[in-house]
Amino acid sequence: MMASSYNAKEEDGHHSGSVGPGGAGAVKSRKPDNTAFKQQRLPAWQPILTAGTVLPAFFVIGLIFIPIGIGLFVTSNNIKEFEIDYTGMDPDSPCNMCINSTTPCRCSIPFTLEQPFENNVFMYYGLSNFYQNHRRYVKSRDDSQLNGDKSSLLYPSKECEPYRTRNGLPVAPCGAIANSLFNDTLELIYYYPNKSSMSIPLVKTGIAWWTDTHVKFRNPGGNNNLTAAFKGTTKPENWQNPVYELDPTNPENNGFVNEDFIVWMRTAALPTFRKLYRIIQKKKDNLTPTLPPGNYTLEITYNYPVISFDGHKRMILSTISWMGGKNPFLGIAYITVGSVCFFLGVVLLIIHHKFGNRNNNADIPN
Amino acid sequence: MKWTNPLALFRRKERESEDTVRTVVSNLLYEHLKKKEQPNRQYKGNAVKTTKYTPWSFLIVNLWEQFHRVANIYFLGIVILNFIPVMNAFHPGVAIIPLCVILALTAIKDAWEDIRRFQTDRKLNNLPCLIYSRKTKSFEEKHWKDLHVGDFVKVLSNEVIPADILLLHTSDPNGVCHIETANLDGETNLKQRKVVPGFFNPNSPFEPRHFRGAVVCEKPNSDLNHFKGYIEKDDQNKTGFGVESLLLRGSTARNTDESAGIVVYAGHETKSMLNNSGPRYKRSKLERMMNSDVILCVLLLFGLCLVGAIGHSIWLETFQSIPQYFIPDNNGQYTSSILAGFYMFFTMIILLQVLIPISLYVSIELVKMGQVFFITQDIDLYDEKQDTRIQCRSFNITEDLGQIQYVFSDKTGTLTENKMVFRRCSVRGTEFSHAENAVRLAVLSETESEEEFILFQQQHKASPLFPDDQTESRRQSTRANVSRSRVTVTKPSDRAFSSPLETDVAPDQKLQQVLRGASLAEDESGYYLDFFLALAICNTVVVSKAPAHRRKAEERPSNSKKQMTNDLPDVFSGEDMTNICTDQGVVTPNPGQTQKTQLGCLVHYESQSPDEAALVHAAKAYGFTLAERTPDQVAVRLPSGQMLSFQVLDILAFDAKRKRMSVLVRHPHSREIVMYTKGADSAIMDLLEQPLLEKQVKCNTQQQLDQYARDGLRTLCFAKRILSQKEYEDWSKKRQEAISAIDQREQLLMDTTVFLETKFTLLGATGIEDRLQENVPETIQALREAGIQVWVLTGDKPETAVNIAYSCKLLDHRDLLFTLNAHNKAMCNSTLNNHLEEVKRYGPPERSEEIGLVIDGRTLGLVMDEDLRSKFVELCKHCRSVLCCRVTPLQKSEVVKLVRDKLGVMTLSIGDGANDVNMIRAADVGVGISGQEGMQAVMASDFAISRFKHLSKLLLVHGHWCYNRLSNMIVYFFYKNLAYVNLLFCYQFFCGFSGTAMIDHWIMIFFNLFFTSAPPIMFGIMDKTLSAETLLCMPVLYKSGQHSEGYKRRTFWIAMLDAFYQSLVCFFIPYWTYQGSDIDIFTFGTPINTASFFTITLHLAIEIQSWTVVHWVIMLGSVLVYFIMTLVFSALCVSCNPPANPYWIMQQQMNDPVFYLVCILTVAVALLPRYIVHALRGTNAESLHLWARKVDRLAPPERQQWIREWKSLWHPSVSGQTGRPTPPLSSDPISLEPDSPFSDRRL
Repeated sequence: MMASSYNAKEEDGHHSGSVGPGGAGAVKSRKPDNTAFKQQRLPAWQPILTAGTVLPAFFVIGLIFIPIGIGLFVTSNNIKEFEIDYTGMDPDSPCNMCINSTTPCRCSIPFTLEQPFENNVFMYYGLSNFYQNHRRYVKSRDDSQLNGDKSSLLYPSKECEPYRTRNGLPVAPCGAIANSLFNDTLELIYYYPNKSSMSIPLVKTGIAWWTDTHVKFRNPGGNNNLTAAFKGTTKPENWQNPVYELDPTNPENNGFVNEDFIVWMRTAALPTFRKLYRIIQKKKDNLTPTLPPGNYTLEITYNYPVISFDGHKRMILSTISWMGGKNPFLGIAYITVGSVCFFLGVVLLIIHHKFGNRNNNADIPN
Repeated sequence: MKWTNPLALFRRKERESEDTVRTVVSNLLYEHLKKKEQPNRQYKGNAVKTTKYTPWSFLIVNLWEQFHRVANIYFLGIVILNFIPVMNAFHPGVAIIPLCVILALTAIKDAWEDIRRFQTDRKLNNLPCLIYSRKTKSFEEKHWKDLHVGDFVKVLSNEVIPADILLLHTSDPNGVCHIETANLDGETNLKQRKVVPGFFNPNSPFEPRHFRGAVVCEKPNSDLNHFKGYIEKDDQNKTGFGVESLLLRGSTARNTDESAGIVVYAGHETKSMLNNSGPRYKRSKLERMMNSDVILCVLLLFGLCLVGAIGHSIWLETFQSIPQYFIPDNNGQYTSSILAGFYMFFTMIILLQVLIPISLYVSIELVKMGQVFFITQDIDLYDEKQDTRIQCRSFNITEDLGQIQYVFSDKTGTLTENKMVFRRCSVRGTEFSHAENAVRLAVLSETESEEEFILFQQQHKASPLFPDDQTESRRQSTRANVSRSRVTVTKPSDRAFSSPLETDVAPDQKLQQVLRGASLAEDESGYYLDFFLALAICNTVVVSKAPAHRRKAEERPSNSKKQMTNDLPDVFSGEDMTNICTDQGVVTPNPGQTQKTQLGCLVHYESQSPDEAALVHAAKAYGFTLAERTPDQVAVRLPSGQMLSFQVLDILAFDAKRKRMSVLVRHPHSREIVMYTKGADSAIMDLLEQPLLEKQVKCNTQQQLDQYARDGLRTLCFAKRILSQKEYEDWSKKRQEAISAIDQREQLLMDTTVFLETKFTLLGATGIEDRLQENVPETIQALREAGIQVWVLTGDKPETAVNIAYSCKLLDHRDLLFTLNAHNKAMCNSTLNNHLEEVKRYGPPERSEEIGLVIDGRTLGLVMDEDLRSKFVELCKHCRSVLCCRVTPLQKSEVVKLVRDKLGVMTLSIGDGANDVNMIRAADVGVGISGQEGMQAVMASDFAISRFKHLSKLLLVHGHWCYNRLSNMIVYFFYKNLAYVNLLFCYQFFCGFSGTAMIDHWIMIFFNLFFTSAPPIMFGIMDKTLSAETLLCMPVLYKSGQHSEGYKRRTFWIAMLDAFYQSLVCFFIPYWTYQGSDIDIFTFGTPINTASFFTITLHLAIEIQSWTVVHWVIMLGSVLVYFIMTLVFSALCVSCNPPANPYWIMQQQMNDPVFYLVCILTVAVALLPRYIVHALRGTNAESLHLWARKVDRLAPPERQQWIREWKSLWHPSVSGQTGRPTPPLSSDPISLEPDSPFSDRRL
């Protein structure tokens, strides 16, 4: 009796086996698929780097890099650049008197351009030893406030601390970057050879990225009636005027969308930097250079203190090419690397001729 | 790393608080009570639960567990740092993402594993068993999980025992029950269990209701060989019992139709579960090395952070007054420079955290999964016969396969098939070569595969509960064992059948003729009869009638025959024809007919060793059929059909010292007392009577025996002695005295035995073959060439082991063979010293290729002593191969541990049986051979293959690949992280060490997560330095992994230096380009990031050795993803990412030609040195590896020619050893050259 019950059990097993999950496994063989992928036999390119195979690459790199380098070098050399330091550290400098002045102070520095500047001339201010990239400084802004978000306007981000509120009112724009906005005013006066002078027209707009002025920075409630829009906020501590008076003449360039402000807010990567200040547009007739050679005076309203960090302030005039400002480095680097590659190519060629043939025979190593 | 459930700890404590004994009473008496009031309810039920989690506790427990990993704690620390305000983290929330990704991936993996465990538990818990029910007054079928302590259980033959049961009844007339405990302790012989004294009543059926006693026994413990207690009956009588009455859970009942008892331990409290010590967490050698380098990275990180902190302090000190870009805290105060420096240290850690390659750990896991996938997919490692692939049971040590220096192999079942086949015999000095048998075997071994294939298909259908036990990933042994045994339960026929290979012997024509003549009973031919009688009688083979359920199974077609034999002496069963099924005693030489006549046979042989069974089958082939054996009598059917019943007077059992066994019988007709003896030639030859004629016989036989041994056959000698009645009576008296002696009983018994076993007449000798698996010599040769030392550890006799060693090319006949065989320590010491002296004359260890060492178990025990160890190890270093014979499972593992620890080498153990489990566990890599044996070895192993020959591809190809891939990937990861982090560090010099990053935080995270993660993972899974064919043809290439050439401290530092150089280039070329310009932070960072991305990606491209379609897709895909994601991100994110904002920066840069010029120049300069070094190295091509790569690219025929040439140049010994020209290479060396060592012997 026992045995028969056992058998019944066994039979059950057989039945359920053929229908249960085990059944499927039994029917299907577990043999792996014999595919190239699964058997790791995919056709493969097996490069072996030898002097023979790499030397064309070196020659090609050399031949491409050297002309590029020469091109870059020439382009960079054609860019005209003029720089003037107006910090006034030198006691002889006209701006020396302004260094410790607490009130707005004007000084003027005469200079001479030896060569004409053609096409659009870009006017920069340069600061050195100014660490706009300091971690805490970089953080100290509220992008959504700058983007015109109304709630952020009244309740700025915590990142702005301690420049978030002043006297109980939210600061607009908040944060350390905005607070330290560069506020020197620079003007250029050209002296004609006949001693008469002319103030050179400086264009304030078009100095910031298009996307910044149109997308990233926005005034709360559009560009109209900024005074009302910024109601309930206060100006940053160091500012002389509130944000809606940054450029009262041009509503398109006022408030958060003021391009001087936007340029400043794009924090510089390195402690010595320049920022675009104005553009001197080329003459319409295209015959006279934008800045003819001659005598000029740089008129400065000296507000911005740099003495605390041992910094320097510069004014830079520069023409521009497709590769940006003047920088001989890239051209020289290309020429150097190209030459080195070419030289290495030659060395490898020699090596290839000396040793390369040997391994074509697939010599048996020891 | 192992973590125990706090709940389990609690439970354990609870248990300890109970008193020291357990009292179990019958549940039947209390069935009317409520569950809680039943006295046995405090004990655990039989349901087992090995899962770690429950669905609702999964999240918490898993997280808790994961945070036991140092890496995760580090990561968590970083996340917490991010949320501390003074650290000025940019995006504290973002920092959580990587941690979450890693935790989630691990959690998914853990959940999957736990589900598998759960499923196995469920299967196990739902196994059927017979529990006595009071209601129906009979045994009812229930599930294992329904079993409780105090229940009565009935176990049928071949069933797995569901719990620890105290035996109270068996169907056996002697009150015994046999169990096989191979699943528990690896011992595969049958163990006898006795019914508790006083409870055995063979005449009445077992009636549990009448059981009134209380069983008092020990608390549950893990000691398998110890158990004691007593049953206290109502009348206060105590009956003691011991372990001999305990049926252990997980063991299998054998040879006993039914047995019953009361459950004393159930579930987790059973001895087998308590013995179940979970899987060992293995960490590969490569990973160990890597971890030490991770620590270097931590130090480096601290160094960098310290530089940052000090730099920041100093930088702050340079200011006399406070510049407007310094930000006071909320109170308008400025932090002092020292404190700021201190904070900066942690800010730097946040910034530079990527240096610790956390992603490396996740990537490694992914890569290993990929590697495992490819290993399991390998068609060469698939066994057609068993329909099994290779199983990778350990996911985290694939690369260890590429670093193996020592292989420890089991012999029987691993090197050999474990199928004993009668090959030839010699009677009275006349050789009978059994050429027909050899031919038949040759034919059979070819057809067998097909036959067995069909069989396996059937088996899969037949085992619904464990349809997939090959892929069963559980390592917990008991569980696994049960599953294995369960297979046996559902298919009891498996063990009953035996391959026709062994059961049928085609008789030698000549011998048959002689036998036919022998019926005339002439003097000379009488020896032939005696010889076959000795074959049939002189053993302990049990003839048993098949139990009823077996009978049923046997009605299946005969081609479903399959044997499952065990390594050690084991139940070796083979069905057989007897007088029950046929009266025809004459054996047909045609195996096909024999098979047919086997249908419906009801008797099978069970023997302690397969050899004995092979001999009985051989005798049967000549018509001497062992028909019945009882303790007193043995019946043999003669070729004439006549039945001879011998009265058995005594059996002098086999022991290792005498190396022989004898059977004393009284001849039914002549009433003569005959002693038949079989044993090793050394144990018999010296005890022969020496008339002149005998001398010639002895001489011939010895020659033939030597020949057999040379051919790798197991040899046995047969002899007889006729005793006079008086001699026997005298001896019998002495024997009785010896048996009843109290002092020195063993010695006296031995003396009497030896006294009788002398003055033999030699009958003949037999040669039994334990067939080598295919391609074993080739595999061993390949491993040897690969610089792997192969040791064979076997429980077999030295003679057999040496024979096999010769035939599988482990030893060569020209080798110098040392033997270590000592009785005591002093002798052992002196032998060791002698050998060492001698060995040293042969030169340094590397060159002594010709030395083999044979050591037996006893001597091994001696040399394991502390003071001899180092000498032994020293000697072993000189030996090309070492053979350890007669070793116990424990010794096997000791040897492995000794070599592993003393020599500090990577070891691999391979075995198939339960006796190899210790060794498999002890080695760095354990390989189990699945199929023939149970699942025990497989369950303990890290990799399970089905044939020994697969080892060569597993190690030489997959090991090599995995090791190279992973080591390259790890080096690359270190490189990648440093190269990237150093960019950020460089920038600190230009931002006042303030911890600013010039790359947007999200882009940084993307960089690791998306842009540069896929290529190295693909590299780690798919890169292929050399083709499988080349690696197999040139095993020497394996040595690079053994010497850890892929990943060394030097490799690490070179990679770090290169990373440093490249990041300097990536930073300073853009720096000089944009110096003094109006560039802003992220615009400056974009070309740096892009150049760095290309440098890092192309660096990998230089390292990639073979480019397949996948490589191209992933590499190009990464570049595409980089540009698309950065563009999309910088286009969408206007103010979503405060306080930093990368809006439109990428677009702006990509409109600028300088961006491209900078990137191109940077990448070119950064990669130049590595490129040149690779080219120069490639030109020189001094390493074998590079040479092989070059050869690898050639077309197959050309390649083979080169390899052949190389072999002839550098390995003249290879062709010399085999004594034939180097084999022609085919494209698939595994299947190449089926040049079995037997091919020449078959004819």
